[in-house]
Amino acid sequence: MKPSPDGSGGCPRGAHSSRVARERAIEWALLFAALTSVAVTVGIAGVLVYESLPFFRHVSLAEFLTDPQWTPLFSEAHYGILPLVAGTLVTTAVALLMALPVGTITAIYLSECATLVVRETVKPLLELLTAVPTVVFGYFALLFVTPFLQLIWADLPGFNMLSAGLVIGVMIIPYVSSLSEDAMRAVPMDIREGSYAMGATRMQTALRVVVPSALSGIAAAYALGISRAIGETMVVAIAAGMQPTLTWNPLEPAETITAYIVQVSLGDLPHGSIGYQSIFAAGLTLLLMTLLFNVAGYLLRKGFWKAY
Amino acid sequence: MLPSSPQVEKARVKDLNFYYGSVHILKNISLTIGEKQVTAVIGPSGCGKTTYLRCFNRMHDLYPGNRYEGEVILHPDYVNILSPTVDPIEIRMRISMVFQKPNPFPKSIFENVAYGLRVRGWTDRAVLDEKVEQALRRAVLWEEVKDRLTHPALTLSGGQQQRLCIARALATEPEILLFDEPTSALDPTATARIEELILDLKTQVTIIIVTHNMQQAARVSDFTAFLYLGELVEFNKTDKMFTAPSNRLTEDYITGRFG
Repeated sequence: MKPSPDGSGGCPRGAHSSRVARERAIEWALLFAALTSVAVTVGIAGVLVYESLPFFRHVSLAEFLTDPQWTPLFSEAHYGILPLVAGTLVTTAVALLMALPVGTITAIYLSECATLVVRETVKPLLELLTAVPTVVFGYFALLFVTPFLQLIWADLPGFNMLSAGLVIGVMIIPYVSSLSEDAMRAVPMDIREGSYAMGATRMQTALRVVVPSALSGIAAAYALGISRAIGETMVVAIAAGMQPTLTWNPLEPAETITAYIVQVSLGDLPHGSIGYQSIFAAGLTLLLMTLLFNVAGYLLRKGFWKAY
Repeated sequence: MLPSSPQVEKARVKDLNFYYGSVHILKNISLTIGEKQVTAVIGPSGCGKTTYLRCFNRMHDLYPGNRYEGEVILHPDYVNILSPTVDPIEIRMRISMVFQKPNPFPKSIFENVAYGLRVRGWTDRAVLDEKVEQALRRAVLWEEVKDRLTHPALTLSGGQQQRLCIARALATEPEILLFDEPTSALDPTATARIEELILDLKTQVTIIIVTHNMQQAARVSDFTAFLYLGELVEFNKTDKMFTAPSNRLTEDYITGRFG
């Protein structure tokens, strides 16, 4: 058919332009949806920065970053974020020491060893863990895990970072294992066959070929797990104690950034007071920390990226 | 002049039957694989030629629901490859495979070739270096990659990737090399290089090649097996098969009347 001069390919002109309009409308709708989450993120970052400004007019950045005490609500106030950062990093580290190995091993098992029936049973059960409210995990840490750990360390305080960290670890195992397993299962079968054909065992194939091939997806799973661990609030607020002491020892109680924000938000601080502003400074610090981990994860992922 | 059956045997297939679930895929196949010769397996799509090839290194064991019957006796020690008491890993240590689509691992060029050696527990760097270079030379890839052994294998072209896979398969010095339509994803130039390579290699190793390309079978092989609907229609010297096939069905297939 000869194309008609208006370029509509022989279709009636009205049908052509309405199709174009419809396509445009859909594109705009998709763009809008995509921009929503970007806008919310930028908005949150903006509010945090804006609300922290008065805080940093009152407290110097040097004091904020180096003072070993965090007592913004005391009459003799100190504004050193370090105790909260330490608490956050220690609980996160304990959680990750638990979740990354267990999650990765679970993923390898489910992807490379388990039969279809086992996989289809275990995976939904694991994912069910994500449905448990975090406050339940918090009480589980305080009332079950801590007494249990006290059987090992008799002088372990009732509030401590170890217990909270371990329970956060259990909580994020499904995030790590589920996404890692998806990544491993997406590795094409012909790559696995290449390994088996060389005389490799199932474990050699899993560890030497499948895991390296799925590394970008596994890194994404780790990044999500880390973000969840850093941002976790309820468990640490309940089980780790709320005393901002600067310590790197997981057997001691401490306060995390998130726990502090909860603590202060629940009190009735006057709007505009330094205590009120300190939440935003703490929140900004938390945001920068997760951002740092995400950027690191992104760079790692880019380094390991393998296209098929 | 070759006799109509190979003189020095490398493997003997006796009454091979293969079932996928209840589907009978290969039916009573018997033939002899000659030592250091190229045996081509031809036939139309779905005739079972790839299934047949994958019996030799027990690849079917990777998937549930498959069943072998009959024997593939491997010389010189008369091991029955298909026996359930024989460990498929032992078999794959002796019989390597090159696949239809190049499937290098997402590792460096060096590590791809060293893979089979590492799996067998070799760690001595000097030995690995020597064997990797030797394998790459045998696969006629050494000159192209010797300065970038640490680069990812996926940066190579398709033809180079396939030669890398051949080097990987050669590095462990297998007794038999299986080729499953090794040039079907390659352009004519790369195909010609692989065919040349197969002709080079047959002085050193026994080769079985599945191909849908009859000219390729005629160019590279000493013996040809023609499979049709899971049955072995004709097995003969390649030159005889392509000039004076004894079976009408073979003649129809190689002259392009069907398939």
